[in-house]
Amino acid sequence: MNLLVAIVVAALVGGGVFLVLRTRVFSVILGLMLLGYGVNLFLLATGRLRTLVPPILIEGITAYADPLPQALVLTAIVIGFGMTAFLVALALRERHLTGTDHVDGTHSITRDTEAGAEIEEIEEIEVSEARADA
Amino acid sequence: MNLLWTLLLPLVGSALALMLRRSSSTVIAWTAALPVCAAALLLAWIGPTVLGGDVLREQWRWVPAAGLSAGLRADGLSWLFAMVVVIIGLLIQLYARYYMETSRELGRLYALLGLFMTSMLGLVFSDNLVMMVVFWEATSLVSYLLIGFNREDPDARAGAQLALSITATGGLCLLGGVLLLGRMVGSYDLETVLAAGDLIRAHELYLPALVLVLLGAFTKSAQFPFHFWLPRAMAAPTPISAYLHSATMVKAGVFLLARMYPALAGTEAWLGIVSTVGLLTLLFGAYSAMWQHDLKGLLAYSTISHLGLITLLLGFNSPMAVGAAIFHIVNHATFKASLFMAAGMIDHEVGTRDMRVLNGLWKHMPFTGALAIVAAGAMAGVPLLNGFISKEMFFAEALAAREDGIQWFVPFGAVLAGALAVGYSLRFVMEVFFNDEGREHPQHPHEPPTFMRLPATALALGCLAVGVAPAVFVFTPLTRAVTATLQAPAPVIDLALWHGVNLPLLMSIVALAGGVVLYRLRDRAYRWHDRLPPIEAADLFDVLVRFTRHSGGRVNTALENGSLQRYSLLLITSAVVMGVTPWLRTALPGTSNTLTTLALSLPDAPSTVIAVMLVIGVFATVRQRHRPLTAIIAISVVGLFMSLAFVRLAAPDLALTQLLVELVTILLLLLALPYFATTAHDSPGLRLSILRPLTPSSAWRLWRDGAVAIAAALATGAGTFLMLEQPFTSRSAYYLENSLSKGGGRNVVNVILVDFRGFDTMGEVAVLGAAALGVLVVLHGMRFRLDAGDVQFSRFAERHPLLLAMIARAMLPLALLMSMFVLLRGHDLPGGGFAAGLLTAIALAVQTMASGAEWTRQRLRTDFVRWIVIGFTIVLSTGLGSLAVGRPFLTSSYQAVQLPVIGKIPLGSALLFDIGVYVVVVGTVLVILNRLAQLSQDLNRVGARS
Repeated sequence: MNLLVAIVVAALVGGGVFLVLRTRVFSVILGLMLLGYGVNLFLLATGRLRTLVPPILIEGITAYADPLPQALVLTAIVIGFGMTAFLVALALRERHLTGTDHVDGTHSITRDTEAGAEIEEIEEIEVSEARADA
Repeated sequence: MNLLWTLLLPLVGSALALMLRRSSSTVIAWTAALPVCAAALLLAWIGPTVLGGDVLREQWRWVPAAGLSAGLRADGLSWLFAMVVVIIGLLIQLYARYYMETSRELGRLYALLGLFMTSMLGLVFSDNLVMMVVFWEATSLVSYLLIGFNREDPDARAGAQLALSITATGGLCLLGGVLLLGRMVGSYDLETVLAAGDLIRAHELYLPALVLVLLGAFTKSAQFPFHFWLPRAMAAPTPISAYLHSATMVKAGVFLLARMYPALAGTEAWLGIVSTVGLLTLLFGAYSAMWQHDLKGLLAYSTISHLGLITLLLGFNSPMAVGAAIFHIVNHATFKASLFMAAGMIDHEVGTRDMRVLNGLWKHMPFTGALAIVAAGAMAGVPLLNGFISKEMFFAEALAAREDGIQWFVPFGAVLAGALAVGYSLRFVMEVFFNDEGREHPQHPHEPPTFMRLPATALALGCLAVGVAPAVFVFTPLTRAVTATLQAPAPVIDLALWHGVNLPLLMSIVALAGGVVLYRLRDRAYRWHDRLPPIEAADLFDVLVRFTRHSGGRVNTALENGSLQRYSLLLITSAVVMGVTPWLRTALPGTSNTLTTLALSLPDAPSTVIAVMLVIGVFATVRQRHRPLTAIIAISVVGLFMSLAFVRLAAPDLALTQLLVELVTILLLLLALPYFATTAHDSPGLRLSILRPLTPSSAWRLWRDGAVAIAAALATGAGTFLMLEQPFTSRSAYYLENSLSKGGGRNVVNVILVDFRGFDTMGEVAVLGAAALGVLVVLHGMRFRLDAGDVQFSRFAERHPLLLAMIARAMLPLALLMSMFVLLRGHDLPGGGFAAGLLTAIALAVQTMASGAEWTRQRLRTDFVRWIVIGFTIVLSTGLGSLAVGRPFLTSSYQAVQLPVIGKIPLGSALLFDIGVYVVVVGTVLVILNRLAQLSQDLNRVGARS
């Protein structure tokens, strides 16, 4: 069982690291999510592996899974969402400023003006228009 | 409290001067000076006690855990120093009122002077070495502001920067030395350290500690080779130079030497380092002063020389020499401050300080001239002035020390430096006031106002009084200061003027005669000096700084190429290497025999299935990374099986939360995906399905990254396995035992979150809210537009399937009810604020997905940022509530309440806390998702219009 958990942690971390090292930011986000899973599982494992005995108190039962790592991991999961969201926002801003979602440092500030799918900022005037419409 | 008040009063003056900075200069000067007057009176009042041999101490608790107590302590040495600081400070304040009369920044000047005075007093009165270092750094910082007082002057800024970089580096060294001393002695208490001199000198760390402390002292007191900041600091207005660079700040270094004398002195190392540096500084300063044409430059180098003299005396390891050193500290402060004032008056009234321009001022400014002659005489060591007596003592000590292992050249060097001192003192007097060559001055010279002359007059009279009757004026304070310095009874200091014809007197005569000869030969000497290559230590330092900055920049550009991949690779690789290296070196305890226990815990079938699915999910995510939709599906498989893994590992709360977070994250990724997937180079028509890099990664790079990933995987996997094989005692017994009795809940995880570790949760909730606000800030004002040609995408984003919309609407009340249930039962069963908040957020977000952001916004008129604020306020007020009833922050209390249908629930502060968490989570998730949905929505509108 211990080995099994170790293998899963290894797989999550390995996949995460490989994706973090990719060129496009979408892969990096996926990679960080995988890393997050791996770390959460590891943290939970620090309380050792138990099954069928959740830390919910029932009279007559004395052995429970360790609740402390669980509490740690619970907030870590939720904060992981916050972090992913912030990362996505940063990536969008980067995309907006440099016109690229590559993170290899070679494609920056090459806003592509050719026909095709171009992303631009709509002027603030349009926003006020929209407000007026509403 | 007297000492504390002495410290605080100048600060009061500072504050008043700042507040009244728009008033007339007289008002500012008075308000700043009166508190200093009071401080001086306080010092005078405690004078008899201190001079009677008592040590005053005032103590407060500071950081008891680190063994630090804040304390002030006044003994003979610190009292004498404090008197110098306060009295000269007062005179400077009076002087500055006239010198800076036209300046509009007089308030700032007085504020800084007061601040400096407090730092200086704190330094001398500190009863604790760490506190002393703090004040030491404070003097460096304030002196930076004072030297750079004329902010518009680039020289002033450069001088200030140079001074700060040298003295602050020294301050760091001093901190290191003090920490070493504290470690050796086991205390930072001044008296304990001073009493532990034998222990320190015998300790193996003695030499490093000594060198570090000395570096601090030498940089502060402008000792060779750190002297070069002092001449550059002359860019400060003259009152500041007079105060900092004659009387106080530069004396802090020699004060430190004197203060630490009982702890550090008395060894060969001390003798060798301190006396060598002192002698070099003495000669170098005196030699350089000869060639200066700027009055203040001459005074700066002569100050360096005199500081070297004091250092040399302290380096002799002889009690009598310590007496001479302390005597000279006071004497030098007196005559050098008045000389600076005289230089300032000349500059003020004539408009230049250049000795090549100045001449024959005697007939215009006889009074100033007389003052300058007295003070310069003291500097040269002319009989009947205070400088003569300390110089005689210096000569005597230089001779006496020869027997203690000092080389023959020390007395020789002393006489040479004495001759040079006479030479430059003569220059100061003759070239300014006499040698009338009829040169024109920039302004018509006349005497400065009476009150401007007053401070310099007082100091010159002091020189005379001490010079004529030293035993009357200084015997008691000096003896007391020497006793305090040595922490032992002082030797009898002979302050008589006339000792008969002896060797020191002869040396004085030789020095005087030599000085006169030097002065007579000055023209020839200048010509000789002009042929020498000009070397300025400060320039060398500038070169060093430039070189450092340049090579730092080169290293930076080499490492920082803008590629996140590069940074991640370096970070991960070094993490793996640093994490694994110590492992390979040390054998792990107990691994060899516990490896066999592996067989005992064979994995069961469900666990194996979950694990296999997780691994497959990871591989699928990696392989499908170029097809974002597929990749999102793959990673959601990982997330869902993580949730199952948590179920299997007896963590139902985690399973629930993981499931919900997974849903929210998928929504988030789907909302953001279009903006990553659209680049002209991505295959047209397939924009949402293919996401390849513009330049495909080379095979070598894939192999390299794969190797790093495998290394990281092996390291973490092995780490996890070895950790799991270690024997383990849970730290959670307390929580399990007290969850029901003290927290009133059966779900221990939830009780930990909202009760035992509620403070942590509060921080985490704050982080969540901050992330949401961060997203808003980062995306502020951002709107994406999709090209009209991308019909496929527009249709994708626009379509709201009717069926989904209908089901979602019907589900909403149910989902909300469910989330309430999860929230309320959380204390006893899996659930709680985090899970319930996510559930509510999903229920509302699904409406957006099904019916569009506009539709939802019209029906749900609420600002979710406000939810975050309200939720956090609830969390905070539960904590503050317990403060209000006199319990510690976040103490919980509860009352079980019987509710219909739901059953008995404990209604208490913990539930309120959980509700706060719930509200923050709802707010956070919806703020983020709505903001991203708005990007899409604007995009739709544009698509529809075109």
